[in-house]
Amino acid sequence: MASLNLLVGVSLVYVAFLFAVAFAAERAAVRGRSGWLRTPLVYTLSLSIYCTAWTFYGAVGYAARSGMEYVTIYLGPSLVMIGWWWVLRKLVRIGRSQRVTSVADLISARYGKSNTLAIVVTLMAVVGVTPYIALQLQSVTLALSIFSGPPDAEGLNGLNPLSAGFWVAGGLAVFTVLFGTRNLNANERHDGVVIAIAVEAVVKLVALMAVGIFVVWGIAGGIGPMMERIDASALGTWELDRSRWAALTVLSAAAFLCLPRMFQVLVVENDDERHVQIASWAFPVYLMLMSLFVVPIAVVGLNLLPAGSNPDLFVVSIPLAQGQTGLAVLSFLGGFSSATSMVIVATLALSTMVSNHVVMPIYLSLKPGGASMSGDVRNVILLARRLSILLIIALGYVYYVLSGGSGALAAIGLISFAGVAQFLPAMLGGIFWRGATRMGALSGLCLGFAIWVYASLLPSFGQDAVLPASFFDVGPFGINWLRPYAFFGIDGMDPTVHAVFWSLLLNTGVFIVVSLLTFPKPLERLQGAQFVNVFDHSGQARGWHASVAASEDLMIMAQRILGASEAQALFRAAARAQGMTGHLPEPTPAFLERLERELSASVGTATAHAMVSQMVGAASVSVEDLLAVADESAQMLEYSSQLEAKSAELSRTAGQLREANEKLTQLSVQKDAFLGQISHELRTPMTSIRAFSEIMRDAEGLSVAEKTKYASIIHVEAIRLTRLLDDLLDLSVLENGQVSLNSATGPLDAVLDHAVITAQASGDGRLRVTRDTAAGDTMVTTDLDRLGQVFINLITNAQKYCRAAAPHLEISVHADAERLAVEFRDNGTPIPDAARALIFEKFARVAEGDGSGAGLGLAICREIMARLGGDITHVPQAAGNVFVVQIPRRQMSAGQ
Amino acid sequence: MDKHVLLVEDEVNIIEAMRFLLTRDGWKVGTHSDGATAVSAIRDARPDLVVLDYMLPGKSGIEILTELRALPDLAGLPVLMLTARGQSRDRELAERAGVNRFMTKPFSNSEVLNAVRDLVRV
Repeated sequence: MASLNLLVGVSLVYVAFLFAVAFAAERAAVRGRSGWLRTPLVYTLSLSIYCTAWTFYGAVGYAARSGMEYVTIYLGPSLVMIGWWWVLRKLVRIGRSQRVTSVADLISARYGKSNTLAIVVTLMAVVGVTPYIALQLQSVTLALSIFSGPPDAEGLNGLNPLSAGFWVAGGLAVFTVLFGTRNLNANERHDGVVIAIAVEAVVKLVALMAVGIFVVWGIAGGIGPMMERIDASALGTWELDRSRWAALTVLSAAAFLCLPRMFQVLVVENDDERHVQIASWAFPVYLMLMSLFVVPIAVVGLNLLPAGSNPDLFVVSIPLAQGQTGLAVLSFLGGFSSATSMVIVATLALSTMVSNHVVMPIYLSLKPGGASMSGDVRNVILLARRLSILLIIALGYVYYVLSGGSGALAAIGLISFAGVAQFLPAMLGGIFWRGATRMGALSGLCLGFAIWVYASLLPSFGQDAVLPASFFDVGPFGINWLRPYAFFGIDGMDPTVHAVFWSLLLNTGVFIVVSLLTFPKPLERLQGAQFVNVFDHSGQARGWHASVAASEDLMIMAQRILGASEAQALFRAAARAQGMTGHLPEPTPAFLERLERELSASVGTATAHAMVSQMVGAASVSVEDLLAVADESAQMLEYSSQLEAKSAELSRTAGQLREANEKLTQLSVQKDAFLGQISHELRTPMTSIRAFSEIMRDAEGLSVAEKTKYASIIHVEAIRLTRLLDDLLDLSVLENGQVSLNSATGPLDAVLDHAVITAQASGDGRLRVTRDTAAGDTMVTTDLDRLGQVFINLITNAQKYCRAAAPHLEISVHADAERLAVEFRDNGTPIPDAARALIFEKFARVAEGDGSGAGLGLAICREIMARLGGDITHVPQAAGNVFVVQIPRRQMSAGQ
Repeated sequence: MDKHVLLVEDEVNIIEAMRFLLTRDGWKVGTHSDGATAVSAIRDARPDLVVLDYMLPGKSGIEILTELRALPDLAGLPVLMLTARGQSRDRELAERAGVNRFMTKPFSNSEVLNAVRDLVRV
């Protein structure tokens, strides 16, 4: 009989060996020679952490107690790997593109990076996995106790199960801390750990098969006699409880996907999607080999060992009973491997979740300045992880103590399975259904978990331990339909089936109903699209707004989380990729995204996102990204952008209306002014005419001279009125464009001559008009009458307004290739600058005149020249005024 | 004793007609045709009545009236305003400025004589 000391010694040597393997693997990984570390074989073997001490010891016990039902525990994962490998592939792809670090991170990231959800999932995972860790403690302790001596009536001989459990727990904790948290891996992968568990997978398979071969060929005497033994035993008869079979298969399948440690090796540690396909057949083969000798060992154990022996320990106790100490030690090492690999990976995965989702957010929110405070966060994270590991193993130990360390291993395992299976609806719903919302996931998880605690976890401590026995008989507070084993009064269901059925049913139902009733936030929507359609846009995570993020600040933060050299390398590479020479890249959306992924590997997506958000100080998603999602699902966004467009359109229209209104108001003011002017111009001569005609009619004793004078005033005013009306009509016709132009060709000279003669006929003859005849033979093609009218107006104005002692007007013609200019230069008082802008406006009489003009002459000139395709301008002079009339050389088609 | 009327008007023919009518009616008639200097001209002339045109070169009749009413010694001077613009808004403006009588051109001779007599209360 091997002594306990020998066993402890062998275990320590074995652990040292594992350390050496892990250390070598990590060294190789650092040197870049990690090809052999990441092969499909290693991936498949690492999945074997599914086979824990429960499988190693408990499967035989399970078979000895319940016959073939133990197969369900292998069936679920095999079905998942064979039939659902594409689900795994999707999970792996999502995990890769979103840099997911744990199952809590996955669910949190899917539902809008919700930290609440991450915390809930983390706490549920910790509580759910605690019995499982207790199970490992229990199995190792039990195995140790077998070696310490034959069991007596008191139970265990020479070994206090509680203190043994404590030392085993302490050893496992130290082991895990040393293994898993020696440094903070940039991608949250643990090459050393993976290799070590692959080695352990081989050890446990070899150990179990060795015991099996010994049992079949060494004890039973070959396959034939073995089959006879099996047929003779009660195990040979298939007694199927269909509901238990279905429930347990579903449960183990769900647990395979949801267990934090399985997620760790399946998704986080996965190096290549193609490995999933190979593992999809290789892992079921491994499981088959593991289960091959379960029944023979159970049957032989039941035959050979005295009644009352713990069937969970047959794998060790049969070789011991047969004097095969070496085989027993190997078998012990197999079980030890199963337990340690499970505890290491499970606590690693859980500690990542606890530190990323619980400790770090609290720590960051407590530190003033948030993510941008000084100091190295890496040490904080490592410390958080180590404390989390100790806490989780301590919880396992507490459960082990509370549950008395005596329950059947399989029963404890199933409780854990049911707990973590609650993640399944939120997880699968999240990757296949875009309509799933955060509130839906949260409600489903909480309800399912609550039912699990009430109907599975608490009763596992025994009736009256936590829940009073009355709960089981008449329900809590006498509420019959809430009995933990008989919800809604449905009695007679197996407790495990009952808990699984109700918790998953209500979890899924609430998840779906609440998802349908609630509206996702934009980030949720976006993440939902990214998850569900992960194969459409692989590698593309969400976009960052390039904004005010200072690269320097990001650098400081990244250094503290990734470590100085890694962060600097990352930033330098990014800067080089952007074609920049310095150490700091531009904070482009692509770079921020990359950085966020790198950070999320260390602190989780939600925290990384929060940190980068804080630095960038921007909205977390770019408008482009949101609009891309809006194509299919975000009617709300589309609607709001439509509204926005509409409101922009409305404000544009309002602007136009305002403008038009201003124009109209201006026009109305101008019209009023114009009407007032016309009224004034008409009424003024009318006043004289009326006054003098009444005088001539009423006044007595008027002299002939007076009568003649008054009659001529009436005459002049009547002419003035007529001319005014003519001008108004002319202007109106010109302005409305209704004028008909009679284009003709003639000598410019003749037009000028005629204008001078006509103007002088009505003037007082004081104005001397001279002509420069240099361009005398110039021909023009235009409406000659209208052009003449302009000339007459200009000459008449000079007659009226030129107040020089010897009024003089010089008319000269300037011709070039394109245009003709006729210049009218007088020697009168220059028009003041302020008035120059007005002289071509209607009724703008700026100069002192004889009062006979209405102020329409120049306005008419301007209109005529515009019609003729030329123009008329006033050129300011030091003395006198110059009006320049420009006539296009080839005036062809101004008339309508 | 002849009453003194000052015509502030820029239309020569209207001045001619008004001067004829008022002189015949026994008024002493003065004239001024520039808006800008009208206020000082009125102060110098000290008339019993001002006949003020609405549109004048340099300064409008309304502006002149407003200035008159602001001067203590001329605030009570009767003013007859004539306008050819014929817009109702002008009448409002003039009344607010403190006009005594507002007439639109053209007017009948008797009308304007009655108004003048009325304002000075001969």
